[in-house]
Amino acid sequence: MSAPLQGLVLAGGHSRRMARDKAGLEYAGRSQLARAMALLAPLVPKSFVSVRSDQLVDPERARYPCIADLQPDLGPISGIHAALHADPDCAWLVLACDLPFLDSATLQHLIAERAPEKIATAFLSDFDGKPEPVCAIYEPAARAAVDAWIASGQRCPRALLGQSEVKLLQARSGGTLANINTSEEYLQARAQLAPPRATAAARRVRVQYFAILREQAGRAEEALETSAQTALELYEELRVRHGLKLAPEQLRVAINEEFGEWSQPLASGDTIVFLPPVAGG
Amino acid sequence: MNEFRLSVEPFSGESLRALLADPACGGFVSFEGWVRDHNEGQRVSALEYEAFAPLARREGERILIEAQERFGVRHALCVHRIGALKLGELAVYVAVSAAHRDEAFRACRYIIDEVKHRVPIWKKEHYVNGDSGWVNCERCAAAVAAAPGIAASSASHRHGHDH
Repeated sequence: MSAPLQGLVLAGGHSRRMARDKAGLEYAGRSQLARAMALLAPLVPKSFVSVRSDQLVDPERARYPCIADLQPDLGPISGIHAALHADPDCAWLVLACDLPFLDSATLQHLIAERAPEKIATAFLSDFDGKPEPVCAIYEPAARAAVDAWIASGQRCPRALLGQSEVKLLQARSGGTLANINTSEEYLQARAQLAPPRATAAARRVRVQYFAILREQAGRAEEALETSAQTALELYEELRVRHGLKLAPEQLRVAINEEFGEWSQPLASGDTIVFLPPVAGG
Repeated sequence: MNEFRLSVEPFSGESLRALLADPACGGFVSFEGWVRDHNEGQRVSALEYEAFAPLARREGERILIEAQERFGVRHALCVHRIGALKLGELAVYVAVSAAHRDEAFRACRYIIDEVKHRVPIWKKEHYVNGDSGWVNCERCAAAVAAAPGIAASSASHRHGHDH
């Protein structure tokens, strides 16, 4: 009978190449750590966050049960080592917290293919063809192997898996195990993972200015991208940008050459005119 | 006929009067607004009018239709100058013709009042002392700056320049 499986998200790194804490990076409004914990929740009865002991008080991490490193500063193997010692009868589904593309199907495949008689079950990286140690299941038997590995002065969990009794799975397509280490990679991943709503929210509109507003804005018209939802939000945005001195209460708004309401939702392609107090005749 | 026009060129009321002619009409009333040399204690040297043309035409024609429906006049015309105007030039022309004089007077008055308050046309006054200002705008901005809690109502824009 196989050992019960628990989840472990590795969030004890120093994020040195990122120069800011990876666990707190957000995608689609959720931190990496929260995303990883949410992925694990339906698949295992309980999950923990692997932390350095000085991170136990970090609020991002402290909202989850944590396991602190016993052997500090060895990299990811510290967390795996600490978990195997924290509960020697358990197997651990270990995830790095910097895998923004990881999906539930990948984890379900890993669990379905789990080989409890080996020390671990892991994917082969589609990047270098080597075992991927930070999206893998470690059996209780891995504890002795990890202990020996650390005792011999080694650290790299990838190399450990490469020479151990491990079930290796072909990497799933789609780059779901791609990790991110730099700010550029983060920005790319975040853009790819942004919900469609976020991109639809940016509208391309044209604004025309007349009379005193034309003089204050220093232009007769402009085309711009805005996240403003309504004419009022757009005016407030432009009021700040151009130093417009009239309050919206003094103005009317025209949308597509007809009087409109301040609360009217804007659409891409709209032409908006803010109408100062008129003075014909 | 029922027409609201904007004109960048100077024009005369006489040249337009014939457009209102109709054997069924016994009354014709017109109003001409001219550029005056003073406003609110300031000596005016010149005016500039600027319009948001598509909406000005649309709102202007709505006013003319309202006048026809309310007062039963047969024809209504309004032409508004835009651009730079000198003292004494014709700025706005309103003309109506109707079966009887009473509806013609009332419709003419209605049209010029509504045009001044509703049509997106703006007037910049240039003063003899070198200053200039957008009528109804500069003072509102100052009023709001002085009392930011008080929202200017549309009624407060019904002040200003009368011809």
